Amino acid sequence: MRRYVLRRLAQAAGVLWAAYTVSFLVLNRLPSDPVTAMAGVGADQAGVDPAQVARLRAEYGFDRPVLAQYADYLGRALRGDFGDSVATGRSVTSTIGDALPQTLLLAGTAMLLAVAAGGGLALAATYTSRRWLRQALLSLPPLGVSVPAFWAGLMLVEVFSFRLRLFPAFGNEGLRGLVLPALTLAIPTGAIIAQVLAKSLLTALDEPYVATARAKGAGRARIHLRHVLRNASLPALAVIGVLVGQLMANSVVVETVFSRNGLGRVTASAVSTQDLPVVQGVVVFGAFVFVTANLAVDLVYPLLDPRIVVAGDRRWSLA
Amino acid sequence: MTGTETRTVPEQTRDDGALLEVRGLSVSYRTRTGLLEAVRDVDLDVRAGEIVALVGESGSGKSTTAHAVTRLLADNASVDAGRIVFGGRDLATLSERELRTVRGAQIGLVPQDPAVSLNPVKRVGEQVAEVLRLHGLATRRTAPPAAVELLGRAGLPDPATRARQYPHELSGGMRQRALIAIAIAAGPKLIVADEPTSALDVTVQRRILDHLQHLTGELGSAVLLVTHDLGVAADRADRVVVMSRGRVVETGPARRVLDDPRDAYTRRLLRSAPSLAAAEPRTPPAAPVPGDGAAAPLVEVEHLVKEFPLPHGSGSARTVRAVDDVDLTVHRGETLALVGESGSGKSTTARLVLRLVPPTSGRIVFDGEDVTALRGEKLRRLRRRAQLVYQNPYASLDPRFTIGEVVTEPLRAFRIGDRASRTARARELLDRVALPAATLDRRPAELSGGQRQRVAIARALALGPDLVVCDEPVSALDVSVQAQVLELLAELQAATGVAYLFISHDLAVVRRIAHRVAVMRAGRIVETGATGRIFDDPAHPYTRELLAAIPGGRVRAGGPTGSERPEERT
Repeated sequence: MRRYVLRRLAQAAGVLWAAYTVSFLVLNRLPSDPVTAMAGVGADQAGVDPAQVARLRAEYGFDRPVLAQYADYLGRALRGDFGDSVATGRSVTSTIGDALPQTLLLAGTAMLLAVAAGGGLALAATYTSRRWLRQALLSLPPLGVSVPAFWAGLMLVEVFSFRLRLFPAFGNEGLRGLVLPALTLAIPTGAIIAQVLAKSLLTALDEPYVATARAKGAGRARIHLRHVLRNASLPALAVIGVLVGQLMANSVVVETVFSRNGLGRVTASAVSTQDLPVVQGVVVFGAFVFVTANLAVDLVYPLLDPRIVVAGDRRWSLA
Repeated sequence: MTGTETRTVPEQTRDDGALLEVRGLSVSYRTRTGLLEAVRDVDLDVRAGEIVALVGESGSGKSTTAHAVTRLLADNASVDAGRIVFGGRDLATLSERELRTVRGAQIGLVPQDPAVSLNPVKRVGEQVAEVLRLHGLATRRTAPPAAVELLGRAGLPDPATRARQYPHELSGGMRQRALIAIAIAAGPKLIVADEPTSALDVTVQRRILDHLQHLTGELGSAVLLVTHDLGVAADRADRVVVMSRGRVVETGPARRVLDDPRDAYTRRLLRSAPSLAAAEPRTPPAAPVPGDGAAAPLVEVEHLVKEFPLPHGSGSARTVRAVDDVDLTVHRGETLALVGESGSGKSTTARLVLRLVPPTSGRIVFDGEDVTALRGEKLRRLRRRAQLVYQNPYASLDPRFTIGEVVTEPLRAFRIGDRASRTARARELLDRVALPAATLDRRPAELSGGQRQRVAIARALALGPDLVVCDEPVSALDVSVQAQVLELLAELQAATGVAYLFISHDLAVVRRIAHRVAVMRAGRIVETGATGRIFDDPAHPYTRELLAAIPGGRVRAGGPTGSERPEERT
């Protein structure tokens, strides 16, 4: 078990390094840099003192060879220092750190909603023996997946804020302000969970062990919850690992739509001002979240399915 | 010891009328192509304490009938007509809630495939205990020890340990015993056993059927035994019900039906059952190419060893020896059967000979050339001369290919001919395996199991190989289809001179096709010899055990006499 975790941690470090390196190279290949952006937006650079631009470039180290910059930045990143924001001058670490709690709250709530609603929908759709109801419920997830987050957000605001005046349309205040953005974020996520779980529940319900359970005299509810759900939850769990990353990405849109402060907003403004250090910090942080979520999923697998043995180790279980 | 326990039905129950009385049962399935009538107007009686065998080929409706008894039909099935009277109640009219009090408590089910019939994520003990808890026969506290006791009664060694294990940690036979424990847990009056041992090795099959018979005898439960194997039915049943195309074609006492079948279909079924037909003296296939003593063998294998690494931490051994110092030779035009139970290493040996897996040590000589270490282009040339037919024709054909594409794939892989000549060759091959040319444009899903296996054989022959390895080629097929495919293989051999390495666990099948037999056990070949010699005069005790386990002994022995009926063991 320990060896497995150590190996996975090493892999995670590799992924983070790759994320850092690729983002560094890509961002450095961009035709413009933050200094140009600061000095005067647009192609019209008249009136900007070239000497001043050059001085700024030197100050931020943009004039040095790419490899030298890379080595320097990587060394500092390893110590947790991702440099300072070009736009605000604050350190990248504290910029992300300040924005993080709001986004964690939003994404966490959205994930809980998505799992509860998506899981509930999948269970209900596969449990009912009414054909029309099953079909109706199963047609919801594809709808949820195909609706863009910004549109769903605007619709929710239109109905619940402007018409019904139940929830605020924007801002970070209180739990009431959290409802609409979390809902917006939860719709596509929950839809995917519902789709995957419903599919694997239906597959599992056809397994011969279900017939064995029925032959024992077990009822539908018992078969659904005690026999089938655990077997069917593995694919959904795998998807949740991936969806954590998607939640991060969607929070950029949702935080913009609802004018909430958070990591999404930080990302959006960093990208538009070409604040390279911040963008890079966000990329590495995103990779970190993704890697952690998937490691957690892999560690939960053997707890759900005794057949999965972690990397040749003896089974690791709660018992 | 022939393993044929029989019992007398208690006389007093015999006249009480039937425990289960099925009348005019019709079941149909809604399918994409319309309504499929699977069972039509079936009458069936099971008296208390009696064993009734429901016999038929796949698609005969026997499983559907058995499942209809407990209303455990698929969602798209419906009982259209008929009564299923059990213990004075018509099960066909009960609600799902009422049925729950019957299922498990009064009717137990032993399902078909033990590998997938237990919930993989629950401990075995828990799954047995569930029946007791569901029917209020044990409390949370008393259920676990009761489950352990039941597992012990079902014949599992060390039941306390087994109860704590998960299904995947048990062998197929052990899982079937766990399922039997589940079926008998509540002491039901009727046990429906749906092909309970078809997925198991013959020797395991016999022990499990012996035990099931013994247990139900003790409990006084009746058994409705669904089987495709007339030999099994002959050994176990008091009465036999033969089904074909959804109808009952013949019913009667087991002896009468087997000795004096009145229906044409029953007679055909009896003729094709390999285990029963083996009783008739059958001319072995023609002797191999004359003068083969002088000619060099096609395949020569010496001291072949294959070891597989074990996962870390599972005991002291780091590797398991699947094939242990195996020698064998296959001559041109000859069929060598490799016989053994699952895990004996016979499939691994075949894969080694084909160089699909590398051997740990030993030597493989193919047509005079040492192929043990061949790589790249030379190995590809070997592929052209040695082909494979797999066990499962449902899985070995690409479902997206047309049959024409399947058959010509080896030709395309070796860039032989152009499109037209390949199609011509495919047509010729299909003709050889007795499939109409129209099959070319169809897809595997549209064919029956036997037809698919013919396609697989045609594909194996496409390159005109010298050797075809047949890995259990007929195990997944119905008996009558088995007989046809075996005949086809023999014909093709006579026509093309191809040699077969024929892997099988079924000695009855082997007897029909093999010139020589090699018996494998635990990675070693324990006995080799001409087919007739092995069957008539087996030297090794294990060979004798395998032979004794072939079902149908009761018929071959000329009926149960008092002397050969062993006492029931406890």
